[in-house]
Amino acid sequence: MGRIFDFMLPELKSPATGATTDALIHFVNEVSLIFLVGITFALIYFAVKYRRRSEDDKTPVITHNNKLEITWSVIPLLLVMVVFGWGYKGWLNLNTVPDDAYEIQVTGFKWGWTFNYNTGAQIANEVHVPAGKPVKLVMKSQDVLHSFYVPEYRIKHDVLPNRYTFVWFQAEEAGESQVFCTEYCGTSHSNMLAKVIVHEPEDFETWLAKQGTGGGGTPVERGENLVQLQGCVTCHSQDGSDLIGPTFQGLWEREERLADGSTITVDENYIRESILDPSAKIVEGYQNQMASYEGRLTDEQISDIIEYIKTLN
Amino acid sequence: MATAEVSSNIKKLQVKRFKPAEDPKNTYLTDEKGLWAWLTTVDHKKIGLMYLGAVAFFFLLGGLLALALRTELWTPAKTFIEADTYNQIFTLHGAIMVFFVLVPSIPAALGNFILPMQVGAKDVAFPRLNLASFYIYVIGAIFTFIALFNNGLDTGWTFYTPYSTTTTTSVIWVTLGVFILGFSSILTGTNFITTIHKLRAPGITWSKLPLNIWALYATSIIQVLATPVLAITVLLLTMERFMGLGIFDPANGGDPVLFQHFFWFYSHPAVYIMIVPGFGIISEVITTFSKKHIFGYWAIALSSLAIAFIGFLVWGHHMFTSGQSAVATTVFSFLTFLVGIPTGIKILNWVATLYKGSIEMKTPMLYVFIFLFLFSIGGFTGIMLGSLSADIHLHDTYYVVAHFHYVMMGGTLMALLAGLHYWWPKMTGKMYSEVWGKISAVLVFIGFNLTFLPQFVMGAQGMPRRYYNYIDQFTPFHQTSTIGSYVLGLGLFITLFYLLHSLWRGKKAGSNPWNSRGLEWQATSPPDFHNFDHTPVVIHGPYDYHKPMEEFQLGLAVSHNGHGEETDVKESKVTTN
Ligand code: HEM
Ligand SMILES: [Cu+2]
Repeated sequence: MGRIFDFMLPELKSPATGATTDALIHFVNEVSLIFLVGITFALIYFAVKYRRRSEDDKTPVITHNNKLEITWSVIPLLLVMVVFGWGYKGWLNLNTVPDDAYEIQVTGFKWGWTFNYNTGAQIANEVHVPAGKPVKLVMKSQDVLHSFYVPEYRIKHDVLPNRYTFVWFQAEEAGESQVFCTEYCGTSHSNMLAKVIVHEPEDFETWLAKQGTGGGGTPVERGENLVQLQGCVTCHSQDGSDLIGPTFQGLWEREERLADGSTITVDENYIRESILDPSAKIVEGYQNQMASYEGRLTDEQISDIIEYIKTLN
Repeated sequence: MATAEVSSNIKKLQVKRFKPAEDPKNTYLTDEKGLWAWLTTVDHKKIGLMYLGAVAFFFLLGGLLALALRTELWTPAKTFIEADTYNQIFTLHGAIMVFFVLVPSIPAALGNFILPMQVGAKDVAFPRLNLASFYIYVIGAIFTFIALFNNGLDTGWTFYTPYSTTTTTSVIWVTLGVFILGFSSILTGTNFITTIHKLRAPGITWSKLPLNIWALYATSIIQVLATPVLAITVLLLTMERFMGLGIFDPANGGDPVLFQHFFWFYSHPAVYIMIVPGFGIISEVITTFSKKHIFGYWAIALSSLAIAFIGFLVWGHHMFTSGQSAVATTVFSFLTFLVGIPTGIKILNWVATLYKGSIEMKTPMLYVFIFLFLFSIGGFTGIMLGSLSADIHLHDTYYVVAHFHYVMMGGTLMALLAGLHYWWPKMTGKMYSEVWGKISAVLVFIGFNLTFLPQFVMGAQGMPRRYYNYIDQFTPFHQTSTIGSYVLGLGLFITLFYLLHSLWRGKKAGSNPWNSRGLEWQATSPPDFHNFDHTPVVIHGPYDYHKPMEEFQLGLAVSHNGHGEETDVKESKVTTN
C-alpha cells in the first residue's frame, strides 16, 4: 500500500493475526515521525533564531501558560488512548482462536522444538500446516523458558515448563516462514530455530499420511528419530564435530577420560546413566551442562537410542 | 512572603555582601590531602568524585564489553568468541551498565556533589552514612568481580528463572552483589530526602527549589521504596539455588512468572531511578544556556513526582508475552500510557523554555539538544511497546534493545554528559576544551544513531535479542551497527582525554563561568570545604534570569560568626513564602 515505514516490517503472511498490528505500527510510526520532526525543527529554529547576541541579552519572563500546557497534555492523552484501544483490539485477535482451528502440540526444549500431531506423527524443528486454515499451537516447555516467535505472522508467546500457552495463525499461501526462540535459554539459544512449512491443503494431507503414526520402524530408526526429537543432536554431533557435548560418532565402546581423571569404556549402562543422571560422570573438557531426561524417556526409548548410537561407529 | 519583605528582614540581620573569590586559596581539594584523607572523608563533594571515578571505571568496562559484543556480531556465525563467552559478556555488560553505572551515576556521583550546594547546605544530612554507602557500593562491585573470575554469569541481567536456578555459572555471587548494592542505593535515597527536608538554606522554599532537586527528590523516593523488593527477589533466588526452595522453579512446584513480577516490580521503577535525575540536569542546563526562566516550573516538578508514583504501577508491561493474566495485561498496558504523558509534558516544557531565550551552544547545551532528540525517539518507541499487539511482535527483539538504549543511553547518559560538562568547572575549577567537547559530542551523536537506528528496523524484521548467531538477512544491519559503535566509542574516549587533560592544562574557571543564577554557582570553584563561607540566604528563584546578576550576589549571605545568627534568620521566617 506504500506507507512510509513499509520497509520496517517483514511481509505479512497471516493477516488474520497481523493486519491490525501492522496498521497500528504504521500509525504510531507516522504520528511519532510528525512529532519528532516538529520537535527537532523547533529546537533548531529556536537555537538559530534566539542565539545569544551579546552577554547582556535580556530575556522575557515567561513562567508558564496554562492554556498551552493543558492543550499539549490533552492531545497526546487522547492519542495514546487511541493507541491503547487499537493495541487491545489487535491483542484480542491474537487471543481469539477460531473454533475450527487445527491443533498441534509443541514442546520447547534446550535447544529445539518438537511438534506432535493428533495422528501420532511427530517431527522436530519443522511444523507443517495447511494453507488458508487456522492453526492453533498448544505449547509447553521441558526445561527453562522459551518463546515461540514467527515474525511474518506477528505472533509470539512464551513457552513455560509448568503451564500450557498457545498461539494461533492462519497462513494464506503455501511457503515457509522462520521461527525463532526469543526467550534467552542458554548456550545455543540463537540456534533454536524452526520453520513453519505451509502446504496447499491436499498436499498437507498427503504429507501427514506419509508421516505414519509415529513410533514405528526398527529400533535403530526409532532411536535415530528420538535423538532428533529430544534435541540430543543440538549438543552431540553425529559426524565427529565438537559441540557442547562429546560427539556420538564412534562413541560406542570408546574409552573416555573423565573430569576426575579416571577413565571409562562406553557401554549400555554408561549411556543410560548419562541420559538419566548426566552430572554423575562428566567427560574431561566438557561442562556439566546437560539436564536429566529422567521421566522424559522410557526404558524402551533409551534402549532404542543405544541401538542407534551403536550404528554410528 | 514578598521579596521586598524578605530583603528587609535580611537587612535587619548582619548581612554581608557576598561575592565569591575568583581565585580561592583554600578549597575542598586542598583542604585535606593524601589518599587516606580521601578514603575516610565525609565531605559530600569528595564522595561524589569518588563515585564519579568508580562509575567512570565501570562505564569503561561495560563499554569495552559492548564493543566486544558488537565485534562478535560482525558476521552471522562465530567471529572471534564462543557462544558461552558471548552470553557471559552480554550478561555482564547489561548488569554492569544497569546496576553499577546508570542507577548510581547521576544521583550518587553528580547528585552527591551538587545537591547540598543547591540547597545551600554544608553537607548531606548524614555524612558518615554517605561514606558508608560508597563502600557498600564497592563491596557489591567486588562480589560481582568475583563472579567474573569464577565461572562468569550467563543468565542475562534479568536472571529469569528457571534458567537462573539451573545454570552452572556464578549466579549467587552476582545476586549477592546486587543485593548489597541495593543498600547503597537505599542509603543515598534516605540521605537525600532528609537533606532536602531539613537542610535547605534560609529562603529556599519548595517553590524556589531547583528542578534538579525535585528530580533527585522523586528519585530518592523510588530508591527507598523499590529497592527492597529487588533485595528480596535476589535473596529468594539465592535461597532457591542453595536450598531448592521451590518458589520460582517449576521442577519444585514454583512459578517462574512470579519471579518476573518481582523482578520488574523493582526494575521498572529502576528505569526511573536512572532517567528522572537526568530530567533534573536538563532543566538546569537549558535555563543556564538560554538565560531564561524555565517554562512551567510546577509542571516539571510535579511530573517528576507523578512519574515516580505511576512508575510503580506499570511493571507488567515487560510481561505481555509471558502468560500473565489477560486482565493484568490490559491494565498494565493502560497504565503504561499514563506514564508517557508527564514525560511528554516535560519535553514540550523544555522546548518552550528556548522560545525567546538567549541561546548559547556550549558543550553542555549541545548534549541537551542531543538528549531531547534521542530521548524523544526512546519515548515514541516506548509508546509503541506499550500497546499490546505491537509489543507482542516486537518484544525481546532488537527493537527493544534499540528502545532501551535510546532511553537509557540517549537519555540518562546524554544527561549525565550534559551535567558533567556543566558542573565540571565547579567541581575542578578548570575549563575543558570547548572545541574538543563539541567534536566529541557530534561523534557521539552520529555514532549513537548509526549503532541503534538500524536495530529498530532489524527488530521489527524479526531479529531476536541475546543472539550469538543470526540469519544472513540481518548482516548489513549488524555491520552498520558495529561501525556505529566504534564511532560512538571514539567520541567517548575523546571526552575522557580532554576532561582529564583539563585537570592539568585547563584554564581557571572562575566561580560562575556560565553566568548561571543557580545557588551552587555563587560559591567559589572549586568550592570551599564547607561549600559557602557564609550561610546563604536566598531571595531569588534559581531561574530568575530577568534579574541582574548583582542582585544574586547582593544580600545573599548571613555572616557566620556564631550560631545565634543563623537561628535568627530562621526565626525571622525567611523560609516562609
Ligand atoms: C558503545 C555503546 C554500546 C553498545 C555498542 C552496546 C551494545 C549492546 C549489545 C550488542 C547488547 C546485546 C543485545 C542483545 O543481544 O540482546 C547490549 C545489551 C545491553 N546494553 Fe548495551 N551497548 C552500549 C552501551 C550501553 C550503555 C551505555 C548501557 C547502559 C548504560 C547499556 C545497557 C545495556 C543493557 C541493559 C543491555 C541488556 C543486556 C541483556 O540483554 O541482558 N548499553 N548492548
Ligand atoms: Cu529457547
